Amino acid sequence: MIQQQAAPPGNGLLARYRRGDFFCELTSARPSSQVELSDLFARLDALDEEDLRRRIALAEKELFDLGITFTVYSDKDAIDRILPFDVLPRVITAAEWARLESGIIQRVTAINLFLDDLYHDRRILADKVVPADLVLGNTNYHEFMRGLKVPCGAYSHVCGIDLIRDQEGLFRVLEDNARTPSGVSYVVENRNLMLQSFPDLMDGARVRPVDNYGLMLRQALEQVAPPTAGDPQVVLLSPGIYNSAFFEHVFLAREMGVPLVEGGDLIVENDRVFMRTTAGHAAVDCIYRRIDDAFLDPKVFRPDSMLGVPGLMDAYRKGTVSIANAPGTGVADDKAVYAYMPRIVRYYLGEEAVLPNVETFICREPQGLKYTLDHLEELVVKPVGESGGYGMILGPKASRSELDEFRAKLKADPANYISQPMIGLSVCPTLTDKGVEPRHVDLRPFAVTGSKTTVLPGGLTRVAMKEGSLVVNSSQGGGSKDTWVLE
Amino acid sequence: MGALLSRNADCLLWLARYMERIENLARILGVAETFARDRAGRNWLPVVQINADEGRFFARHRIADAHTVPHFYTLDQDNPTSIVSSMRAARENARALRPLISIEMWRQLNRMSTWLGGLSDNAVAPANLSALCTEIKEACQLHQGITEGTFYRDQAHYFYLLGKNLERADQTTRLLDIKYHTLLPRPEDVGSPLDTSHWNALLRAAAGYQAARRVLSGTITPRSVAGFLLFSDSFPRSVILCVRQMDWLLSQVRTRYGLRGGAAAMELLDELRAALTDRTIDDVVNHGLHEFLDWVQQRLMLIFSEIRDAYCLPR
Repeated sequence: MIQQQAAPPGNGLLARYRRGDFFCELTSARPSSQVELSDLFARLDALDEEDLRRRIALAEKELFDLGITFTVYSDKDAIDRILPFDVLPRVITAAEWARLESGIIQRVTAINLFLDDLYHDRRILADKVVPADLVLGNTNYHEFMRGLKVPCGAYSHVCGIDLIRDQEGLFRVLEDNARTPSGVSYVVENRNLMLQSFPDLMDGARVRPVDNYGLMLRQALEQVAPPTAGDPQVVLLSPGIYNSAFFEHVFLAREMGVPLVEGGDLIVENDRVFMRTTAGHAAVDCIYRRIDDAFLDPKVFRPDSMLGVPGLMDAYRKGTVSIANAPGTGVADDKAVYAYMPRIVRYYLGEEAVLPNVETFICREPQGLKYTLDHLEELVVKPVGESGGYGMILGPKASRSELDEFRAKLKADPANYISQPMIGLSVCPTLTDKGVEPRHVDLRPFAVTGSKTTVLPGGLTRVAMKEGSLVVNSSQGGGSKDTWVLE
Repeated sequence: MGALLSRNADCLLWLARYMERIENLARILGVAETFARDRAGRNWLPVVQINADEGRFFARHRIADAHTVPHFYTLDQDNPTSIVSSMRAARENARALRPLISIEMWRQLNRMSTWLGGLSDNAVAPANLSALCTEIKEACQLHQGITEGTFYRDQAHYFYLLGKNLERADQTTRLLDIKYHTLLPRPEDVGSPLDTSHWNALLRAAAGYQAARRVLSGTITPRSVAGFLLFSDSFPRSVILCVRQMDWLLSQVRTRYGLRGGAAAMELLDELRAALTDRTIDDVVNHGLHEFLDWVQQRLMLIFSEIRDAYCLPR
């Protein structure tokens, strides 16, 4: 079904904008909210392109000066780069957000129940809803988490579920980032930038605020602190200033008003975690960690590692300290487990997933394998254990011989693969060198879970700045937009 | 809250030291045209000697002149005592301190660092050097001003000020040590124009020209200038004033924030303060100025390491 254009062609900035065959976040028709969107369209259409470019240049300079950057390391230099910012906002209507929010809360709830079950009763494995070897043989499954009660049953305290919107305008989950999703600092800083540099654009637009994220997170972390801690000391654990995402760590520590610590700042004595301060050792109750499981505790994970805090897992198992996100959470956001997520939601909550997956064929299942083999040239096939796009094949773009070669690999080890159709991601009007053009976007909302789950309105909209590109990653020329959830 | 991570306390000491060092270096290079002039014409060697860099400098350059010395101390990234190296170190420390320092402090340090990193060789050519040094000095003063106006006054601020005063005291002794001997007048030079310009340059490098003129009117001699830089109660860069500040700052962190330890540093500071209070400049010169300055520098180094041992290093 091709949507009709909701807004008439503009006669200003958006005069030459055509969305093509894709769903447009601004101009495609929605069931409701037509008035708000045409207001916004008119507002954007009235902008002057030259003025806009001048202000963007100033705004980007300010981002650089403020060090709202990520660091790219070459052989001899560390180069700070800003995430390219596109000034034309991505808009989500109140009705759309209500649905997204309930879908995200549902999904995060199911993920936490699933993890709790895996590390305790394993009902879902006994009932054969999810194959046992799929999770128990997973590298992100940690046996030492078995039988450990975590406060509030929360494992994925911060979850950044990647959503895309297909050609029909339906939001679908692409990936569950249940471990240490990043990017929330850009959500808040993009908004600060809009308010500072484009106040006229925001004036009167009824956009839900995002600046209370730090408070949301701190409250959730205090809720999951060990019950024995009266006034819990929360810290943020970072790999340090050479980490490419260090700005985000600074941002979060600052917004929460908690110390930013590195592994060397922490010490474990008698199964209790302390930080080294000028006044001696000070007790720590809750650690929001931005390092991988493997670098938490060299006694458990990597004896060869200089990183991490020896004895941390002992303290954790004794319940004297909370760690967010919990170790072993990665087993839930694995690609293979993703395919089972609609069934996992149904199993624990007795309801259908509000947000569907991208249609996924599980090659370990006979019918999934057959479909994949029959339609290989239309599908994206991904190995389950890999990340970063390694070992996958894009059927529509592969040659005959590549397809044949892959077919053999797939038959030899079907359990290692899933397949999905190619999705035409939705587009947003984006200011490019050639004027305002459609560019593909995704959306990563951030859900925070303590005693309950709350979702920051909106999330990080990443935009593929290259024409036709579906790759939104910052490492490959992706940028970001402010995401407006209308009231 | 109020707890200060040991690692952050260390970064604060170093951030303050590097920023103070950059300012002092810019001051010296800024007056170097006159400062470097001696009886034999121009001699840029004292600038190298102040930092005790003779070995590394002459490994890279054959002569200390108006081209090699400024470049070595401003843009040379391989020289750890150059302004760009100090700036990089200051920024690394500030980066680790970003959750603590004000956003405005970070923004200015970041901008200053970008600016310095983009300077071309031409910016430090003899014709441009003095103007550049003024800009660098002002950037440092901007840092000081923003810090004064925005940095939250808890123990972090005290550690910052400890580092700043320590570096200041150290820089003043170095400045004095290098110049004093070359400035000792020979009978035939007394009152000559050359002699006066030397004193002016020294006082300008220490930012004490105006104050010294007011206080020492008519009696500007090597001894009175040395006495001013060591013992003035009111000059912000005098050694005694910096030491008194440190003494007060350290007792504040111990009493106000209840920090244990630091007794050894406190004792050393008391001893140093007493040594500076009890002596006159005549005592010092008669017993050997160089030896005295050397002793002061050693004490400052010890105090610094005692402070770090007590509060900053992992235990």
